[in-house]
Formats: sequence, structure tokens, C-alpha cells
Amino acid sequence: MTLWRHTISSRPGYADTLTLWLSRGAAGVAAAVVLFILLFLAAESWPVLRHIPLLHFFTDASWHPGEGMYNLAPMLSGTLYAAAGALLLAAPLGIASSLFILYYAPPGIAHGYLRLVELLAGIPSVVYGFWGLTTLVPLINQVHPPGASVLAGVLILTLMILPTIALTAHAALSAVPGEYIRGAVALGMSRWGLILGVALPAAKTGIAAGITLAAGRAIGETMAVLMVTGNVVQYAGSPFDPVRTLAANIALEMPYAMGDHRAALFVSAFVLMLLVMMLWGLGAGQGESNDG
Amino acid sequence: MVEHALDKSSRIIGSFRDRIAQFALCFAAFLVSASFAWILFDLVRGGIGYLSIDFLVDAPRDAGRAGGIGPILISTLLILLIALMAALPLGWATAALLVEYLPAASRFAHTVRYSLLVLAAVPSIVFGLFGNAFFSIYLGMGFSILSGGLTLACMLLPILVSTAEAGLRAVPDVYRQSGAALGMSRAAILFHVLLPAAAPALMAGLLLGIGRVLAETAALLFTSGYADRIPGSLLDSGRTLAMHIYDLSMNIPGGDAFAHASALVLIAALLLINMAAMRLAAGWQHGTIKSK
Repeated sequence: MTLWRHTISSRPGYADTLTLWLSRGAAGVAAAVVLFILLFLAAESWPVLRHIPLLHFFTDASWHPGEGMYNLAPMLSGTLYAAAGALLLAAPLGIASSLFILYYAPPGIAHGYLRLVELLAGIPSVVYGFWGLTTLVPLINQVHPPGASVLAGVLILTLMILPTIALTAHAALSAVPGEYIRGAVALGMSRWGLILGVALPAAKTGIAAGITLAAGRAIGETMAVLMVTGNVVQYAGSPFDPVRTLAANIALEMPYAMGDHRAALFVSAFVLMLLVMMLWGLGAGQGESNDG
Repeated sequence: MVEHALDKSSRIIGSFRDRIAQFALCFAAFLVSASFAWILFDLVRGGIGYLSIDFLVDAPRDAGRAGGIGPILISTLLILLIALMAALPLGWATAALLVEYLPAASRFAHTVRYSLLVLAAVPSIVFGLFGNAFFSIYLGMGFSILSGGLTLACMLLPILVSTAEAGLRAVPDVYRQSGAALGMSRAAILFHVLLPAAAPALMAGLLLGIGRVLAETAALLFTSGYADRIPGSLLDSGRTLAMHIYDLSMNIPGGDAFAHASALVLIAALLLINMAAMRLAAGWQHGTIKSK
């Protein structure tokens, strides 16, 4: 496209200028949305941040917004437990899925399985949550009451982020140059030796970027987690304990929150944003080091 | 061809470790497929008995425990239309600017791309808070279909821009050069040559966007509200199908049967839309933009 810009010089007419300026305006608006979001989060959390130092959101005795206690730490721990558990399960399953598609399944099955994973990515979180609530929670309840627990959240989140990991790993593994694979085969490496020694190391930055992307999704997920984790504000002692995540807390308390309480919820949204953007920066950093 | 080489090599060296790995990968793929089948089976079993034309047309009665989902489908459609009408021109114009007008090294292009990447990582509950603070309160739209639709439009921008960008980039430069050789203005080339050539990609992005809107719940909780009547205007509150499922399963005791049926309707619609998007995307990735 740059080639075209240099080789052909056409005199811009009226329609050209109009199109250019309209699309510049559109791009400006599109770019400004993120700034607007940050701006409004900051403006809405300001009333509480003005008289309560940020540290209090992690050192207060508990989360009792009515009594002016705003400790977000238990909910932060809930978010991190659920996300970490889901990543532990979804990363091996997702990478295994992409390896199955590329190196083990016969072409017909590989194609069908890839489609299935893509469809899995399109199921709405509220449907995952509903299924978890009606099927998974009663099952866990039989093993260890109350059922609504970190474990249920982890399992549902695993299903939700697995497609992200599988599809990015698939893309990264497909991009491994063919001569690497042929070279490995010529050396007489076994199929698993080839995967472990050549394919995975060559694709590792792409796979890692996919995992960070999935982690962001797991941290920000609201509805499905809210429906299955029981929503008790506490530090979970075992996988069978109920917890409340940061995102779920916003969804649950926003309808009746006023004043400082409402502002505190915006602060927790800000914390959520920071977590996700940090992860995203990590992923982007990996991508750049890959390019370099 | 890699497959053939691999087959030969694995026939020669079929070590024990390889067989364990193969078994583990196939088992992982089986687990994922089985979970998908389990979810679908549960939804179909729980909902199929309640599906009928009346269910799709009637108004909900007794808070959704009886009746149908007619008004909810209308609200869903209105929110979808608003989101698309706001996001499509913005997204496609941004993509056209990035691909056709700005050089790759441009600072503005870099900023726009960067902020769209961040926007794609923002959790939907944060979009919900932003929409509530900006559209509902600051702009005074209240809990309305308009406010919900515009919030979702912000969410759609990244996916619309990235699909349209990929589609425009896939159009060969010959098209641009031929247009310029014929003395067409750049705007004319864009509207009469490039956009029609990239139509399958634009369409795939559109379908993915529709899928995202239909699946969304968290961003609508505090923007479009809960009302289950037929909205009288765009400033009325209205709930989408995903929201209806959430409300029935969490807030209405005895709402499970109709939640199943609604989830079935939603899943069926999403599967159809996603499959159509995949067909389009697959056709365009395999380089079906042929020179005639």
C-alpha cells in the first residue's frame, strides 16, 4: 500500500478530502473511547479517593461499604484464585487441543474439532453460568457442600478461556516454518520429540501471548463466575469454599450503591482495568520481543 | 506433505513415550468435545419441551415463569441495531484510514491501533460501568435501549476494525493501481473497488459483532436495564435475551425451565451466526479474491 502511495500521485478531489477527513474523525473517536473509559473511571472514583487513601482498599478490616470499610483484598484473592485455577487447567488442555489438531488427528477430525473449539468460543458467558448453576453446582454439592465454590468457577472459566488458548496456540504452531519440521523429520525425530524439541519452542512466544490474553479474560469475566461461585466475601481456604470476585462484586452491588460505595465500586473497576492492562502489556511485550 | 513425512517417521520410531503422549492428547480433545456435548445436551433436554411459536411471540407472564419472549426479542433486536449503526461506520472508516490513507509508520495510526488493542482487553463489566456513568447519567439517557446499544458499540469497535483491516489488506495492490490508472479518485477506488472486494471480510466482522452483542450481559446490566415490556421508544428500558436468561436463573425461583428454553434460542441463533461467519472468513482467508 505504501508502494502505491509513492508510485502514483493523484490530485485529491473534493470527495477524497471529505472521505479522508471523515475517516480521520472516525479513527479519532475510536481511539478516544479508551481514554474516555479511563477518564470516567477516574472521575467516578475520585469522591472516595479524595478522602480515603488508596492503601485503605487493601488494609481495611473488611468490605463493609455501609460502615466505610472498603477492603478489596478478599475479592482480589477470589479473582486470582479462580483465574489461576482456570489457567492451570485450560493451558495444558488448550495446547493439547492445538497439538491434537495439527499433529495427531486425521484431517477430517482435525477440521471438525477446530470448528467445535471455535463454536465453544461463541457460547455466551451467561449460558456457561446457567449451565454451571444447574448442572455443575449440584454435582459439586454432592461431593462437598455448598457446591457454589471456587472449584465451580474454575471449571466454568476453564471452558470459557480454553478456546482462546487453543486457537492462538494453533495459529502460532501453524506459523512454525515447514523446513524446521522437515529438518526434524529428516533427523529421525519421533513425533513427540519433534513437538517437544522443535514445534513448541519455535511457537512459545505466540502460545504465551495467547495464555496472557486468556488470563485477562478470566480476570474480567463477570456473569458466569457470579452465577457459580456463591459470592461470599472471604478468603477461600479450600476449592470448595464460596468466594466473590472483583467483577462479580461490581455487578452485585452496583444496583443499590450510592455515594462513597458507588465510588468504591469504580475504584475496583479501576483495579480490574489495571490488572488486565498489565497482563496485556506483558503479552504485547512478548509479541515485540518475538518480532525483534 | 508434513503429514506424510510424520507418518513415515512415526512408523519407524514408535516409542513408548510417543504412545503415552498421543493418548494424553487424544484424551484432552475428547474431554473438550465431551464437555461441549454435555452442555448442548443439557440445554436441549431442559428447553426443547417449551419451545414453540407462541413462546417466541408471547409476552412473558408471571416474571417470566410463563408466557414467552416476544418483547425481549424486540428489545434485543433494537439494541443490536443501535450498536451496529453506531459502530459499523466508525469501525470501517477507521480501518479504511489505517490501511488506505496512513503510512504504516504514521504516529496517528500507531496511536489508534494501540488504543484499540487496549479497548479489546477491557472487561465487559467495565464497559457497563462506563456506559452507566457516561451514556446513562452524564448524557442523561437513563436506563435505555439507546444507552445499552451505544455501550455495546464501544465494545464492538476493536473487532470490526481488525476484521475490516485484514480484509482490506488482503485486496491485491493491482486493484488500486488499475483504479488509479483508470483515473478514479482514491475515494472512488475505496468505495467502488476495495470495499466490495473486501465484502466477505466486512461481513464476517459484522456477524462476529452480532454474536458479541447477543452474548453480552455484564455491559447491559446498568445501561439498558431489566424491563421486559415492549419498549415504546429508544429511551425506554429493555432487556436482551442473554439478560433474560440471567434474570430467570438468578432472581426468579422456578424460572429454570423457561431459562433453558431461552438459552436454547440464544445458542441456536449464535451457532448459526458464528458458522456463517466462519464460512465467510474461511473463504476469504484461502485467497478467494481472484483477479478476474
